[in-house]
This record gives sequence, structure tokens and C-alpha cells, in this order.
Amino acid sequence: MTAISTARSKRPSRLASIWKSVSIVFDSRVATVGLAMVLFWVLLGLISIFWTPYPPNAQSFVQNLGPNSTNWLGTDHLGRDIASRLMAGTQVILLKTRLPIESGNFAIPIGVAIWGVIGSLLLGATLGLNAGYRGGWHDQGIMQILDALIAFPRIVLYLVVIAALGQGDLVVILAITVTGAPGVARLARSLALDIKTRDYIRAAETRGESVWYIMFKEILPNARGPLLVDAMLRVGYAIFAIGTLGFLGIGLPPPDPDWGNMVNEARRNIFSNPWAVIWPSLAIASLVIGLNLFADGLREEITRYQN
Amino acid sequence: MFDHQVIQKETPVLNIEDLAVAYKVRGGEIEAVQKVTFDIQRGESHGIVGESGCGKSTVAWAIVNFLGNNGYVKRGSIKFQGQDIVGKTGEELRRLRGDQIAMVYQDPMQALNPSMRIGDQMKEVLTVHRGLSDEEAEKRCIQMLDRVYMPDPENVIKRYPHQISGGQQQRVVIGMALLNNPALLIMDEPTTALDVTVEAAVLDLIAELRHEFDTAIMYITHNLGVVARVASRVGVMYAGEMVERASVEDIFKNPQHPYTQGLIRCVPKLGSEKSSSLLYPIRGRVPPPNNRPSGCIFSPRCDYVRERCRAEHPDLRLIPGTNTLARCHFSEEIDPSLWKPSQDIELPTITAATSEQEPILELEDLKKYYEVKGNSLRDILGFGEKRYVKAVEGATMSVLKGRTLGIVGESGCGKSTLVKTIIGLEKSSGGQARFLGFDITSDIANRDQGLIEELQMVFQNPDSTMNPSYTVGEQIARPMRRFKTVPQEQIRDEVIHLLQAMRLSEAYYDRLPRQLSGGEKQRVGIARALASHPDLVLCDEPVSALDVSVQAAILNLLLDVQHEFDTTLIFIAHDLSVVRFFSDSVAVMYLGQIMEIGPAEAIYQPPYHPYTEALLSAVPIPDPTAKQKRIRLEGTVPSAISPPPGCRFHTRCPRRHLLLDPEICKTIPPWRHVTDLHQIFCHHNLETLNSFDPVITTVDGS
Repeated sequence: MTAISTARSKRPSRLASIWKSVSIVFDSRVATVGLAMVLFWVLLGLISIFWTPYPPNAQSFVQNLGPNSTNWLGTDHLGRDIASRLMAGTQVILLKTRLPIESGNFAIPIGVAIWGVIGSLLLGATLGLNAGYRGGWHDQGIMQILDALIAFPRIVLYLVVIAALGQGDLVVILAITVTGAPGVARLARSLALDIKTRDYIRAAETRGESVWYIMFKEILPNARGPLLVDAMLRVGYAIFAIGTLGFLGIGLPPPDPDWGNMVNEARRNIFSNPWAVIWPSLAIASLVIGLNLFADGLREEITRYQN
Repeated sequence: MFDHQVIQKETPVLNIEDLAVAYKVRGGEIEAVQKVTFDIQRGESHGIVGESGCGKSTVAWAIVNFLGNNGYVKRGSIKFQGQDIVGKTGEELRRLRGDQIAMVYQDPMQALNPSMRIGDQMKEVLTVHRGLSDEEAEKRCIQMLDRVYMPDPENVIKRYPHQISGGQQQRVVIGMALLNNPALLIMDEPTTALDVTVEAAVLDLIAELRHEFDTAIMYITHNLGVVARVASRVGVMYAGEMVERASVEDIFKNPQHPYTQGLIRCVPKLGSEKSSSLLYPIRGRVPPPNNRPSGCIFSPRCDYVRERCRAEHPDLRLIPGTNTLARCHFSEEIDPSLWKPSQDIELPTITAATSEQEPILELEDLKKYYEVKGNSLRDILGFGEKRYVKAVEGATMSVLKGRTLGIVGESGCGKSTLVKTIIGLEKSSGGQARFLGFDITSDIANRDQGLIEELQMVFQNPDSTMNPSYTVGEQIARPMRRFKTVPQEQIRDEVIHLLQAMRLSEAYYDRLPRQLSGGEKQRVGIARALASHPDLVLCDEPVSALDVSVQAAILNLLLDVQHEFDTTLIFIAHDLSVVRFFSDSVAVMYLGQIMEIGPAEAIYQPPYHPYTEALLSAVPIPDPTAKQKRIRLEGTVPSAISPPPGCRFHTRCPRRHLLLDPEICKTIPPWRHVTDLHQIFCHHNLETLNSFDPVITTVDGS
């Protein structure tokens, strides 16, 4: 009864409707756990902007210590506090992107992983909608090129992009965009193929709407749900990719600590001090697993609504 | 076996008492069905009619325990041959379902396994449940296919489901259901997915099986015409309850419950005059299962509602002086012949046919071919011979301003393609088409903005006609913005004005499509089509997906809209009775060709084209006493890639033998002019065509 009366009330406030759509996360235990794991890291990152136990780059301790009461997670091969570095490491992934400007450390909000996913969403959705809605030669051409792109191992693509453009946050974003776009395009194409058969698309066509209007105003809003869930998974992949690049030593540039790079540097002393490898690896794993759980739970909950 | 006879006399095959079925949903449960009581005797065919969502399928699923994970029988009993089957699980029920209860569903293609030969699927029924040997089973299957009038059964069992037509598939499914000689056969809308001519043949089959087999049939349908043809007794369901039960004659002749009376008034009738075939929709809508009224469930929509109806829930009782059970307090006092439409239902203003109007749309020999891509190497390299699907061939017609042209035909006859070509979703392949004097043979990308604005369309499926992401207001406003027919600041007012013309209040402006019912969505779809004040609106089966009571309201609305906006309509339908009621003139299409065109009254009386005659004789009529000539078409619709030469209908024409030289049918027939407006595309001369009897005769004489 209450559900009906709220639905009938004149105009539910925007805030309430947003809360209503967000609250489905809590109907799924999996999504809630995933969200908690992600929020844990976001929160640590936010705190690290203002406070870390010790300065993350200060070499003020004995090298290669295990966990102890001063350095909760131990220290690395240069005597830096691992806990502080892990906290600060969240920033570049999730919270800020450093732009190469003369004046030094200028950064814009939102981290490299997320910008990369936004980039691949924009590029992939545009290509996918074109392929799916227009069909014919557009479809053939776009999908052949994207398939060719998928055929390359990712690492090779990363290496090519970074070798051509040099190191830097923007380059990593570009690398993630290029490697993520084919997947997004495939999804967007399949959604467009389905949605374009609906009568409201015929209605738009009989109004003589432009192809771009139909793709972005009529089709895209209805493809939003699956694309967003997919994007959530892709943030996980992107974090993985950044970790890989960091491990190869060509990822996000210093001075900010980077989890992948931490693993790479600690690897040399893995037998004397395994902790320095374990902690950043765990950090990457927990954040990616959190995002995966969140996306999976969300998808399950959304599709359950539809049935 | 000997005590079988005793059981048969004493206990009905199926006896359902006070059944309630509930579904668990998020935050509670919904009682989809409550207080349903009925029984089916041996050899009886019991119809269950009702609109969508009234719980008729749920009853069937409860019997075979297919309610899914979240459904369960909450109260009551289901006795099958005297045995209560509620609560039985697993193996027992599985045996029962296979052996004694069989079910036929709506879509035969989904009931048959596409990767198995038909013979193998049928044999499985016998080898698993009866333990017959393979050869014995095959012999029985062929016999059964023969009994369901399948042509060439020896060959059919070697085919895959996709290699036979839809009507034949349904025959296979019905035959398969009968293989074990079940005591109860449940049919859930078995002909809804089929064309009328195919449906007619399947209904004939069911009616014959009823006499031949000793099987009790429970026949579920939303179509009153179908139930009149196959059932001996009928139960009418409304909002999860059975509101009336009687023999089929009583239901149609002397309905006792106000809902049944209303339902019968909603259905367009074929036999009667056009002026008397006004449709009276039932006001309001079916209450959702979680919000049913406490008294009589029909009371909010009933014209005879009194204080007691709102307070007290009526029981299903025998109405004195009749053999009818009805769930109504006041049935004795209600006389449907005195019924007058109440003030608040929408009745159309019938436009008197005004004097000569000029044509707004003229087609001359319009063609639409689709190229078929072959799979051979030559085709891929582009050397193969080009083949075409001739979807529309030689369409010639004109539509007068302010009038309605109905286009009827079975699926695949090219009526949708014709409309798509007119509106420009497809480019025509030849011929002339002029709209308001402008050429419209090109597709929409090459048309003038002004022309696009004047041609709009209403679609079939209410669930996909609106974009789920935008509110009603935004969607109706979009054509106004795009064509700039209304100044920016007046758009909201204009949209609200249109909503009111659709009998929707201003409150709908901010609603999203998922908050609307099917009928409301269709109203919004019509409003959107009218937003740019087009001269011609093409309606592609706008009511075929709606319930009858909603359908009546939408049809009346369209008539009213036409009156108010002076719009010309082209109305596609497969239902001849709807078209009759709605159109000024009618075109009958078969396999891309127009067979007959003329004023609506003329089409439904002789002289007919033989195809029109066959179509009319196939329409199920909601009147068990009406006499209908029985003409059934042989074979299936030929492929449109290589249609028969000359008259495309000649391969199936039941009147072909009347011609002295049947070979003449392979040449293009002449247009026979009955009157200036009424033309028939046939080799028969007018005398022969005139000699055909009327297809439908009702008892009251029209």
C-alpha cells in the first residue's frame, strides 16, 4: 500500500528517487560487501590527503622491517612506512590525476583508473552505437578494426602506447581507454541491436530525427544500466592494468607511491622481507575484488527488478 | 479398468474448490487467484475466459504445479479424478502430468524442441511413459498425426519443427498431448499466435477431438469468439475470481454478471450493421492484485453498484430461474436490455459520411521488393542471379481526406510493408505514390520536413511504443519541438491539451512509461503521433495487443480524435471485425497483392473475393448461435520470393473449380468493378461472385 501511494504522489523529489535507485545496492548482500570494500579504500585515500601516519616518501626507518608497533605493516627497502605508502597509493588510482604542467604538482580530481574507464566508455559507446544502430558497412568496418585491436595482447598495446608517448598519468589513461574501448563497443553494439527494434525508435525515425539524436537520446539512455555495471567491472580491470604497468616500471610516474611499483621494488628482497610484496598485492586484490562483487551484485539486483 | 466407468459417473475429471494461489514478491505476497471453484466432466470442454492478468493461466499452472519458485496453492483443493493433488510433489506429479494431464501452450515453436525430429519428440512421450517399443511408438505417432489431419504424416515425422508451418506445429503439439489419451487436456491460448485462417482450422480440430476422444478439455482464452466455438461450458474470470459460470449459450444469450455483460458489449460484432456495432468500453481498469476492493471486486466499475456491493463480498450462487452461477448480489434485478451507457464512458461521435472529399494519398502500382542474399559462392561474389521478396506488388488505392482506410490480411501479406513504404521507413521499388500531391516514393531521409510532419504513425506494441527513459510529457513534446509547430513556452499547455483529448489527466505529464497500463501507453502513443497535427496517421494494429475492454476504449478514442482533428487514418489489422467497425473503406491483401478494395459495408456482403470470403468464414464470432459458412483454405501461404504467377491466391482458392478454364488463374486477373469504389481482383465475373451466399447469418436476422 505504501509503495503505491508514494508512486502516485505527484512528483517524488529528485533526491528521494536517487536514493530509491541507490538503495537497491543494499538489497544484495554481495553488492553491499563489495561497496564496503571499495569505500574502505576510498576513505583511506581521502584521509591520506590530509594525514598519513608518516610522510609516505620519507626514508626515516630501518630498511625491510616486518610489521611492528611503530610501522604497522613494516617498512620497505628504502626504510619507508608501507602503511603510509599504501594509503597514499589510493590517490593516484581513484582520487587524483596529475597533469604535466610546469608549475609542479597540479592535479585534477578523480583518479587515473576512473578517467581511463570514462574514456573507454565514451569511445566504446560511440563506436558501438554506430555499429549497432547503423549496421551494414559501419558495423563491418568498426567491428573489424576493434577485433583487430582485441587480437593484440594487452601488455603489448600498453607498451606501444607508452613507448610512443612517454610516461605520465595521461598516457596511462589513454592506454586504458584504447584497450577498454573494444569491450565497451561490443556491449553497446549488442544493446543497440536489441533496442533499435523497438517501436519508439520507429517513432523517432518517422519524425525524421537525425542518426545521432536516435543513438544518443533514444538508445543510449536505455542502455545505461548494463553499460554502468560493465564500467564498474572495468574500473577493476583498470586498477589491475595500472598495477601491471607499475610492476613493469612504466606505470604512473613518481613521486606518488603506486601499488604496482611497490610490488616491483619489493620483489628484489622478497626472500628477506616478503611483507613488502604481500601488502600492496593484497591492496590491489581487495580493491579489484570489491569492485567485482559490487558490479556483480548490482547486475543481479537490476535484472531481478526487470523480471 | 472396470471401475473406470463408476468413477466417471460419480466424480468429475477435475474438481477445483475454493482455490487460492499466491505469489511471493518483494515485501509480501500477492493472491493472484482466490475463491475459484469449478469442475470439468469427462468429455466436456470447459472454457475459461478473462482479460490478461485475471489469473486464468495461474489456475492452469496450479493444476500441473508449474507455479514457479515463488508461487504456491494457499487454500482450497484441486481434485483430479477424485484425488487431491495439492501438495503432491516430485515423481507422483511427474507421472500424472505425462500420463493423465496434458497441456498445450500458446506458441507451438516454443513447445517443440527445434533440434529434434518431430517423430522422435512424439515417440518419446510413448516410450518414456508407456514403455512402448520404438516401432510401435512410431506407428502410433503416425496414426495420431493422421487423426489431427496432418497431411502426409509419414513424411512429417522425419522433419524438424521449423520445416512445417505454425498451424501444423500446433497440430503436432495437440497430437502429442493426446498420445497418452489423457483424462484432462489443458489448452492455454493455443490459437492466439496463429493467423485467423489457421486458427479456424485448429479450432475445428479441437471441436472434433472433443467428440472423438473422451478427454476433458480446459480451454483458456481471452477471445470470446473462440470460446463460443469450442466450449460447452464457460467460466468468466475477473481479477482472480470466477464471476460467472454457465453453458456457452447462456453466457452469450443471457449473461448474469455485469462484467460478462460489459465484456460482450466491448466486442465488435461481424454480423450486425455498422451503426449498431458501437463499442461500449467498461469504465475504469482492473484493480491490481494487491489493491482489490473489499466488497464485490467489480463494484468500482459496475453500472449497477449499490451500497451492499461495496460492503459485502458476493458468493458464486445459482441465479433463480436460470442455470447460471454468478457472483453478484443483484443479478435477478438487472436487465441488460435496459442498459444505457453511463455518462462517464467515452463514446465516439460518429462522423456522418460527408460529401465527396478529395484524395489525400494516391498509390499507383506501388511496389516494394527486398533483395534476398543467397549463400552460394556465386551469390557472395555477386555473380548470382538477384532474387527478391516481393513484399508489396502493384498496390493501387486512394485514401480520401478525413476518412479511414482499413487494411486487412494475415501475417506476411505485406500490409506492414505497405505502410512502412508510405511513411518512408522503406524506399519503394517502383510505382507512384503521392501524398497531398507530393511524391513520396523516396525514404524519409530524402523527404521534406513539412511532409514528414504530416505523416505520423501509431504502433502495435504498447510496451515498446514509448521510450522507457523519458516522461510522458517529454515524449509528446518532442515532435512539437522538432517540427516547431508550437512556440517553446506553449508546449506544456499544448501537451496537456492533447493528454486531455486522450482522456488522460494532467498528472500523467510527469509519469514514466512503466507507471502506465497498456491502454494508457497506447493513448500516449496516439497523442505523440497527433502532436504535430499530421494529415495522415498510419495505425499499425494499434489495438491487437490490448484487452477487449481497453481495445473498445482506444477504438472509440481514435474515432473521436479523427472527428476532432479531421485526421485521415490508415488502419492495419488482422481482425476483420475491428476493421468493419472502424473503417470507411477496406482493402484486403494477400501475399503482397490487394485482392479487394471498397467501402466497408460492401466488403462484408457478397460479392466477395474468394479470399475475403475465406477470411470472413474463419473469424471466430462471439455468438454460439450464429451460422457461419465453413470455408477452410488448403495448404500454406506460398513463399513471397517466388509467388504464384497471375492471381497469387489461385493455389489455395476454394472457388477456382467454378471457372471453366482454371488455367486462366495463372494470368493477371482483371479488376471487377462492382461499383465505382468497390473493386475485386478476380477472374470470376460479377455474376459468379454475386452468387456466393453471405458467410455469416445470425439468428436475429441481419
